[in-house]
Amino acid sequence: MKKVIEIVDVIDTAEVYTELSNAKSGGICVFVGAVREFTNNEEVVALEFETYKTMALKEMEKIADSALEKWSLNKVVMRHAVGEKGVEEPVVVVGASSAHRDACFEACRYLIDTLKETVPIWKKEKFKNKTVWVSAHP
Amino acid sequence: MNVLFFGITKDIVGSSEISFSDEFKPVNVAELKKQLIESYPVFSKLNSLAVAVNSEYADDSVPLIGNEEIAIIPPVSGG
Repeated sequence: MKKVIEIVDVIDTAEVYTELSNAKSGGICVFVGAVREFTNNEEVVALEFETYKTMALKEMEKIADSALEKWSLNKVVMRHAVGEKGVEEPVVVVGASSAHRDACFEACRYLIDTLKETVPIWKKEKFKNKTVWVSAHP
Repeated sequence: MNVLFFGITKDIVGSSEISFSDEFKPVNVAELKKQLIESYPVFSKLNSLAVAVNSEYADDSVPLIGNEEIAIIPPVSGG
């Protein structure tokens, strides 16, 4: 299987290396996004993610397919979490493996940047006394 | 015709799904957006408002029959 595309409740960051590792790949690159403690000097209690799952999986498939083709990757993983996540918890993991490192470095950046632009997943920041839907307003 | 709402738009309408009766059924994506903004003026303050038809992004000209899965996609913020 060249692609692993998932939306899950909890991300196990240890899985991705095994999923990407293969005999043809001399390079494996992984990006993990996690919950940061402060946003604009305000303390974040938690992030809550929701998704339109059928569409999100389709959009993630498109991103993975275009990366596989553009950089001749051997494997791609895209996995996003939903539900409430506390500080330091992983919320997204993307990664790619390729014969040489340049391809997987560039692909990894493309995977996360494009996911953030097009995949229907929404993040609500929960502060001590308010909640904010991220990016909703100018 | 049913329309699904997510993220901030779900909070604005107070529901994850709204039904349009045949009388008010929009004929295309542009009309749907126009009707939503008339009913919920705060929609016009969002950074963007996209519509998905059968779980694909749909531009304003896409016609709506009524049996599609239609969803309102506010600005995404995954990752």
